Amino acid sequence: MEIVRSQKRAPTVATVVSSLPLYRSAPELQVRLEDFELFAIDRLRVLKEISDGLSRGKKPDEVEILVRDLWKSNMSLPQASEVINKDIISHFVLRLVYCRTEELRKWFLSMETTLFRYRFRGESSEVQRALMVEFDLPYKAVSHAEFENVKEKLGQVARSIGGQSVPNADTIFYKVPFEEVPELVAGRRVFILKGYAYVAMNQVASLVVTRFRSHLSKALVLTNRKWTSTIRERETDRLTPIVESLSTSYLGPDYSQPREFAEISLQDIDQVAKSSFPLCMRHLFEKLREDHHLKHGGRMQFGLFLKGVGLKLDDALDFWKSEFSRKVGAERFDKEYAYSIRHNYGKEGKRTDYTPYSCQKIISSTPGVGDHHGCPFRHFSEENLRAALGKMGVGNRPMEDVMDKVRNRHYQLACTLTFEAVHSSSCDVGINHPNQYFIDSQKLPQKNNPTS
Amino acid sequence: MTGEEAENGRDDMLIDGCEAEPPQENTVPDGFNANYLKVYYGKLFPHYDMFRWLSYGNDGKHPGCDQSYFGRREFSFTLDNDIYLRFQSFNSASEMEKSINEKCPFKIDIGPVYNVDPAKRHAYAQGGDNGFTPMERELIFDVDITDYDDVRYCCSGADVCLDCWPLMTVAIKVIDAALRDDFGFNHILWVYSGRRGVHCWVCDGKARRLNNEQRAAIADYFRVYKGNENSHKKVSLTGQGLHPFLARSYTEVLKQFFEEKLLCSQKLFSNEERFEKILEMIPDESITSELRGKWQESRRSSTSKDDINVVRWGQLKQMLQSGRQKVQGLRRCVEEIVFSYAYPRLDMEVSKHMNHLLKAPFCIHPKTGRVCVPIDPDRCEEFDPTTVPTLSKLLGELNMGVLRSEGNDEWDKTSLGKSVRYFRSHFLQPLLKSCKEEIESSYKAKLQESKNSLSCIAWSLEIITLESFGGSKSFALLKEIRVLHLTSCREGGKTSPKSGTGQDARKDRKSGTGYTGSPKKGGRGGKYTWAGVDGYYSQAEIGFEKEPLDAKDPNFEDPEDDVVVKA
Repeated sequence: MEIVRSQKRAPTVATVVSSLPLYRSAPELQVRLEDFELFAIDRLRVLKEISDGLSRGKKPDEVEILVRDLWKSNMSLPQASEVINKDIISHFVLRLVYCRTEELRKWFLSMETTLFRYRFRGESSEVQRALMVEFDLPYKAVSHAEFENVKEKLGQVARSIGGQSVPNADTIFYKVPFEEVPELVAGRRVFILKGYAYVAMNQVASLVVTRFRSHLSKALVLTNRKWTSTIRERETDRLTPIVESLSTSYLGPDYSQPREFAEISLQDIDQVAKSSFPLCMRHLFEKLREDHHLKHGGRMQFGLFLKGVGLKLDDALDFWKSEFSRKVGAERFDKEYAYSIRHNYGKEGKRTDYTPYSCQKIISSTPGVGDHHGCPFRHFSEENLRAALGKMGVGNRPMEDVMDKVRNRHYQLACTLTFEAVHSSSCDVGINHPNQYFIDSQKLPQKNNPTS
Repeated sequence: MTGEEAENGRDDMLIDGCEAEPPQENTVPDGFNANYLKVYYGKLFPHYDMFRWLSYGNDGKHPGCDQSYFGRREFSFTLDNDIYLRFQSFNSASEMEKSINEKCPFKIDIGPVYNVDPAKRHAYAQGGDNGFTPMERELIFDVDITDYDDVRYCCSGADVCLDCWPLMTVAIKVIDAALRDDFGFNHILWVYSGRRGVHCWVCDGKARRLNNEQRAAIADYFRVYKGNENSHKKVSLTGQGLHPFLARSYTEVLKQFFEEKLLCSQKLFSNEERFEKILEMIPDESITSELRGKWQESRRSSTSKDDINVVRWGQLKQMLQSGRQKVQGLRRCVEEIVFSYAYPRLDMEVSKHMNHLLKAPFCIHPKTGRVCVPIDPDRCEEFDPTTVPTLSKLLGELNMGVLRSEGNDEWDKTSLGKSVRYFRSHFLQPLLKSCKEEIESSYKAKLQESKNSLSCIAWSLEIITLESFGGSKSFALLKEIRVLHLTSCREGGKTSPKSGTGQDARKDRKSGTGYTGSPKKGGRGGKYTWAGVDGYYSQAEIGFEKEPLDAKDPNFEDPEDDVVVKA
C-alpha cells in the first residue's frame, strides 16, 4: 500500500507534526476492497458510539475520554503511517456512504465534527496553531495595547462562564468576525465588539471546528452530486452495494413508516396513550385534551409521533380538529392548522414525508413560554416531573432511580427506567426514540401493560 | 418596460375611478375593507421606496449591479378570502406596484432572495438538493407582547395598552444597542407589527448573507429566558458575573425600567398571587417565608404613603443583597427577577431560518386597521401604538387633501408622511449609500482580479464560439489558439500558481456546463443559469464564504476524483 499525500503543508508548519488530518482533499492512494469496507466499519463504530454518548447527555469531559478510548480501540494499527491512512480512507469512504440524503449528511456532519473537535482539543497548542494555519485562519493575536482596552470586558466574560482564570496579558486572544464562531456567540462565551469576537486560545477549537464543519458540509453536497451523476452507475457492481449497505446497517430505523401491526384508530387512542406512550407524548396528549390547543413545537413533536404510531392522515385531521375546534372553532382549524397536518404527512408544500422526532432531537429542543414539547426528563422542574411520573404509576423506589439519572443528565436512561417501572419488564436496548418506546411497549404481552 | 408602464397607466385610471365614489363627506367609516385598501395601495403605499430598499442598490445604474437581484426575492400575498399566494416575484418596481394594486393583498410578506427567480422554482426543484435555495435574507426579529402574558396584568392576548407597551420599548432598546455595538450592524429598521408587537429588519450586507447557523447563534446570544410551561425557573443567570452584554442591558435599561415603571404600572407586589410568583424565584426558604410574613401582615397596616410595590421590592432587595455571607446564587436573584419580567422575549424561530416570511412595513393590520409604521429606536419611548395612523384616518385625510392641492406624494399630506419621511431619511438613504459603496468596491476588486485573467476569458469565449459553430473543423484552429493562449498567459500576468488554478477551474466550468455538458432544465438554458448563479456568488465572495455550495472555492477538490480503488 502506498500513499501520496496531496495535502500540501505550508513550510512554516512542516516542523510540527500533527496526526490530525483535515481531509481537505482525497489522497491518491490504493486501497484493497476489503479494507475499504473494514476501515469504514471501524470508523462508523466510533461515530455511532459518539452519537449514543451525546444523546445520553454526556458532558464535554466525558465525551473527551470517550472519543480518546474509541479512537484507540477501533482505529489503531501497528504503524503510525498506517493509522493516518486508515483515518483518511475511512473518512472518505463514509463521505460516500453518508452523502446521499439530507438526513444522512446531517448525522455524519455532526458526528465527524464532534470527533474532530475532541481530537483537536487533545493536540498541543503548537499543533493547534499549525492546524489553524493549515485552515487559512490567518488571525493575529490581539496586541498588547488592544488587550488593555478590552481587558475588563474579557474578564467579565471569563467570570460569566465560570472560568477559573481571569485573562492576563499572557493570555492569547484572537479577534475574529463573530460569524466564524457561532457556537461561542450562541453561548455568550466571547466578548463581541463591533462585529468581532475575542476568542481565547483555549476556545480556538470552536473556530477551527466551524471551519471544518463548513468545508465538510460543502464537500458532502458536492459528493452527493457526483454520486448520483456518475459514481453510482459506474460502480454498480463494486462499490455501490458496499456503500448502500453501510449506511443502513448502522443507523437505527427512522420510524417514518408505521409498522403494519402498529396501526391505531381514534377510538383506541386514549387507551393506547395510557399504556404505551412515553411521558413526553402522554404529556402533550393530556395538554391537548385539557387546553384543546398546542403550540407549534408541540404539534410537530406529537403529530409526527402519531403519524409514526400509525394514525392515518384522515384520522389525524379528525383527531386534531376535534380538539382544536373547541378552542378556535372548526373554521379556523381548517384554515390555519389543517394545512400543517397535511404538510407533516407530505401532502402539502414540498411534499416531504417528515420523520418523527428522535429522543436526541427532542432533548435538544428549547421549549419556551406556553410550550409543552421537549423531553420531560430534561425540561420539567423536579417537582413537576415527580408528579408526572407518579401519575404514570412509577413507584417510590424506581422514582428515585429515575431522578438520579435525571440529575446526571442521562435523560434517555431515565426514560428507559420509567419504561421498565411502568411495564415491569426490562428494556435492554435503551430508549432512543419515542416511537421505539411505543413499539416496544406494544410488543410486550398485555399483562405487562399497565392498563390491562 | 414601456409596455408595463402603459399597462400601469390603465391601472391607475381604475383606481382614480374607484376613488371618485367614496363617501360624500370627509368622514370615512371605521374599519378595514378591501375598497379602502385599494385606495391605500394606489395612493399612499410607498411602492418605490420599498423597491429601492429591497434592491439594495442593484437598480441598474452601476455596471457592478446584479440585475436579477430584486427579481429573485419572494413576496407572499394573503388575499381577502384567506387565499395565500406564495412565491410571487417581480422584475421591476412597476411590476410590483401593479401586482399589489391589482391583487390588493390584506397582508404582504417578504421572504428571502433565492438563487433563482421564485416563479421558476419548479424548473430547479427537481435538480436534486439545493436546486432552489435561499441566498440572502435580512436578519429579522419578532417580539410579540402575547409572550409576556405571564408578567403583565393589565392586558392579555392580543390586547395592548400604554401600561404594557413599554415592554416593547425596552425590547427595542436592548436589542438595538446590541445589534449595533456588539455585532456592528448599522442598517436596522424597527417596525410596529400593527397590533401587539414589533419587527426588526437588520439589512447590512453582512447580515443578509448570514447562514442559518449564524442566525441561530445571534438569536441564542439574545436568549436568557429558558423556561417552559413545566419548569419554574424562567431566567437562570449562572456564573460569577454577567456577560458584558447582559450587564450593560441590566444597568442601562432593565433595572431602571423595572424599578421606575414596571413595578408600579403592573403592580407586581400588590396582592398575594403576584408576590408569590416573585417569591417562587428565590431558592431560599427562610428568606421567602420572612418576606411573606412581613407582607401578609402589612396588608392591614399599610399606612405608608409610598407605593406598596416599591416598598416591597426594596425589602426584597435588602434581604437578598445584604446577606453577603449567604449563598452565591442569591445575589443573582435580584437580577434574575428583573430579567424575568423585563428582558425581551424573542420568537426565536423567526430569526433562525433564512426562509421565514415576515410582514412588510407599511402594510395595514386587518384587525386594527393600523399601518405598520417604522419606529425610530432612538425615540422609541415616544411611540404610541394607539395613535398610529389607521386606514380610515388616512383616507379621511386624503379626501380633505385632494381638494386642497395637487402633488405627487399623496402620503405627504397625511399623517403617514412622518413615517415615510423617517423611512427615507433615517433608513433608506444611509442604507443605499453603503450599498453603492459596497457594489463599487466589489466591482473594482473584480476588475482588478479579472485583469490578469482577461486573456483567459477571451480565450474560453472563443472556444465556445468555435465549438458551437465550427465543430470539429475548427479543432486544429483551437489547438493553435490554445498554444497562443498559454504563451500569452505566461507572459501576461505574474499570476501565482494558486490563482492560476482558480482561473482554469472557472474556464472549464463555463464552457463545460453552458455548452457541452448536459442541458440545464428549464429557465432559458444553460447560459442564463450560470449567469444567474455567477451573479450571486461573485457577490458572496466579497464577504465570508457561506453555505454549502461554492464550487469556486479554491480549497475544494472533489474527493471521488482522486480515490483510486483497486481490487
